Amino acid sequence: MAKQYETVIGLEVHVELATRTKIFCGCSTAFGGAPNTHTCPVCTGMPGSLPVLNKQVAEYAIGVGLATNCTITRYCKFDRKNYFYPDNPQNYQISQLYLPICRDGYVEIGLPAGATERKKRIGIHEIHMEEDAGKLIHDDWEGCSLVDYNRSGVPLIEIVSEPDMRSADEVIAYLEKLRMLIQYLGASDCKLQEGSMRADVNLSVREAGAKEFGTRTEMKNLNSFRAIARAIEGERERQIDLIESGKAVVQETRRWDDTQETSYAMRSKEDAQDYRYFPDPDLPPLCIDDAWLERIRERQPEFREEKRSRYRETFDLPDYDIDLITDSKHMADLFEATVALGAHPKKVSNWLMVETLRILKEKGLDPEDIAFSPEHFAALIDLTERKVINSTVAKKVFEALFDEDIDPVAYVEEKGLRTVNDEGALRGIVEQVLAENPQSVEDYKNGKEKAIGFLVGQTMKAMKGKADPAAVNKLLKELL
Amino acid sequence: MVNRDILDYTAVELSEKIKKGEFRVTDAVEAVFGQIAGTEEELHCYVTLEKDRALARAAGVQEQIDAGALTGPLAGVPFAVKDNLCTRGMRTTCSSKMLENFVPAYSAEAVLKLEEAGAVIIGKTNMDEFAMGSTTETSYFGVTRNPRNTAHVPGGSSGGSAAAVAARECFAALGSDTGGSIRQPASYCGVVGMKPTYGTVSRYGLVAYGSSLDQIGPLTKDVRDCAVILETIASHDEKDSTSMRRTDTDFSSALKEDVKGLRIGIPKDYLGRGLDPEVKSAVLAAAEVFREKGAVVEEFDLSLAEYAIPAYYTIAAAEASSNLERFDGIKYGYRAPETDELHLLYKRTRSQGFGPEVKRRIMLGSFVLSSGYYDAYYLKALRVKALIKKAFDQAFAKYDVILGPVAPTTAPKLGESLSDPLKMYLGDIYTISVNLAGLPGISIPCGEDAGGLPVGLQLIGDCFREKTLIQAAYTYEQEVK
Repeated sequence: MAKQYETVIGLEVHVELATRTKIFCGCSTAFGGAPNTHTCPVCTGMPGSLPVLNKQVAEYAIGVGLATNCTITRYCKFDRKNYFYPDNPQNYQISQLYLPICRDGYVEIGLPAGATERKKRIGIHEIHMEEDAGKLIHDDWEGCSLVDYNRSGVPLIEIVSEPDMRSADEVIAYLEKLRMLIQYLGASDCKLQEGSMRADVNLSVREAGAKEFGTRTEMKNLNSFRAIARAIEGERERQIDLIESGKAVVQETRRWDDTQETSYAMRSKEDAQDYRYFPDPDLPPLCIDDAWLERIRERQPEFREEKRSRYRETFDLPDYDIDLITDSKHMADLFEATVALGAHPKKVSNWLMVETLRILKEKGLDPEDIAFSPEHFAALIDLTERKVINSTVAKKVFEALFDEDIDPVAYVEEKGLRTVNDEGALRGIVEQVLAENPQSVEDYKNGKEKAIGFLVGQTMKAMKGKADPAAVNKLLKELL
Repeated sequence: MVNRDILDYTAVELSEKIKKGEFRVTDAVEAVFGQIAGTEEELHCYVTLEKDRALARAAGVQEQIDAGALTGPLAGVPFAVKDNLCTRGMRTTCSSKMLENFVPAYSAEAVLKLEEAGAVIIGKTNMDEFAMGSTTETSYFGVTRNPRNTAHVPGGSSGGSAAAVAARECFAALGSDTGGSIRQPASYCGVVGMKPTYGTVSRYGLVAYGSSLDQIGPLTKDVRDCAVILETIASHDEKDSTSMRRTDTDFSSALKEDVKGLRIGIPKDYLGRGLDPEVKSAVLAAAEVFREKGAVVEEFDLSLAEYAIPAYYTIAAAEASSNLERFDGIKYGYRAPETDELHLLYKRTRSQGFGPEVKRRIMLGSFVLSSGYYDAYYLKALRVKALIKKAFDQAFAKYDVILGPVAPTTAPKLGESLSDPLKMYLGDIYTISVNLAGLPGISIPCGEDAGGLPVGLQLIGDCFREKTLIQAAYTYEQEVK
């Protein structure tokens, strides 16, 4: 009988923080920009330049630490990690090794139905702050490499978990939980595809019931949840195959190629560099006093669980709606802002859950990508509720709202989309439709109730969609 | 003979004369370049001289003085700046092939402060490569000679700055001091040099050697110039996280002749084995002057002095090995030619761009930080550093000032030191503890040896007690003048 294996997984998650300026200088962190335009002597490693900590980075790191039940290191330090590479202008990265800002935390993840426990704790070993590197661009045509330091010095936190996960599902649940917490904090947008959240997977396998861990590998270049799931499955099988065929798993770093669905070794433990970490003498220790910590604690946002219960009490929404809306902080903010403008909570919720999610899915976007304003959204709902436009028109207007954040009131006027409530005009059209469709009139009179639907449709078509279907229905019945 | 006279003034005296209209700023600049024309070829104090730029700047400063916009004590004074302080638009080489053509786009904060005060920077002074050395002989651009005796070294690493002041090739200079690099060349050349408390002068724009030890300070003709310049360059700088907020930087207020009741301690270990007898007697004679002026002078045991050298060379080399990683041929500075493979580019660039003393310290520093050795060397050195600080704290509970020699000997002959680096390192014994403990220290001339080479007296104060040192040094200087 085949042996049973258990997968043991720990994660190193890098999150790019949403500060306006870099971690050790005043340069912008904005994406885009011509190469080397968001740079200064500090983030290009010029001689004599010195780093100065952006306090917002520490505040975000502490915020994430508090949200993940960590102990905050009240006297923390920065260390230099020394290695030569052209994207690293000083040839050392300022990071934290000896005294990281947060330690010993955990998050709880939900387990799938059928599991013995409903929740599981995933331990967080530490969270530390560090700077991102620049970007190398290889120009094969010219046969040279160019370096862009716009990203050099963009702040990151690295969240190191304990080896507490046992499956791809747990890994994804953990990542979703982290992403949710961090998005709620506003500390990052956490987009895997764009690299503002990056996960390295440390994985080993062992026989079920074994006490000791197996030899682990580290997998890099995982750009989506699907890639992570595939990489975990692939690496688990690769390691089991090695063990079953009597070979040893080598401790190494591997790079996942998601298009080939395979990984290859980047470097083994023997090649591992000696980073010669030591405390950065240019940065004094960061002392986090009670008052500062308390201020950060007070500013912590309402997280999802608290939001859920408040929505239940305040808005009288079904749990299904609440779960969907609070799944994204951005969506929840939009919901609350729209309701605050006077829109009915359930109507707002319906628009979010049906039309909004439909368009997001069609366009392959995340809730974070919603760009329309609550003011315009509330105006659209108001137009619909007051029957200024009918529901078919409303969906069209919503699409324009979603794409370009149009002002629905102006848009409806401009495009002449108001529902026609002038009964005289409507009666003329209805009479014309009846005259042009004698067969349907005959069918209806012979008891085919459905025939009226066709007549309503013809009338709406003649009205270019701008009639209230209920009014048309009523008038048709009257004239028949 | 106006030119000869003008060079005799101190920086503060010169500025007075300029503000009174007795000299123009250009007169001062021309006088200095006149002196340079006569002596620089032999002495080689400078790596870079910028006469046209200095004259243009002098004209601008003169206008501001005439308009009453510049009234400070350094307005119009020609200055030299050590070549590890960045000067915008003026090449900054650290006396290394690695930065032979490096022109910074920014100036060091201390340089900016001087320029705001109306100083005219005339050039960049020679130094040991990346400030690593005690003789200015490790410079890629050749040695500097001691103006008092050209067969001898000027000391280092700020040897060019000390020699330029001593040779009247400038009125005052900036240097940097990581283990004695201001005080020791000041002593060898017979000028005044001061290293302030760590954090007093911003390090922004100082090309780092040992970041936790480096401080910028003045090299001057007298104590008054020293106090005034330090007052000018001391500042809290947002760009340097290790710079301190101080409200007591009115150092010139301490230019008073009074040492009555001043408690002076002389560490016995500073007078022991290895100290040249002539230096010893000059230093003890200076102590006697203080006693006569009413100070209480006694000898005491400052333990741990012997551990200072290994601790210093461990910490400074460790920091240097990391600080100098940025010189890789990628972004600026020297790049090995015709190399297109990355690691080869790094290797060749750094092999060709750095001199032997720099390589020695990079290797030493890399070694003490490597995994497996970190605890045994680097961490242990940090512990020694803490113990040295504690020993000084105890000493300063009893004494206001610690007095001793700056260096065990007067300036050695050219070529004597580099053959035995360990011996050269041992020459730093009296100065490096001050950097490890972050303390202020001043070097003032206190006589000559039989060969006419100057001897330096070192006064060390507790953190933030520069004024005590300046007052004591000023009192001594006025007494022996």
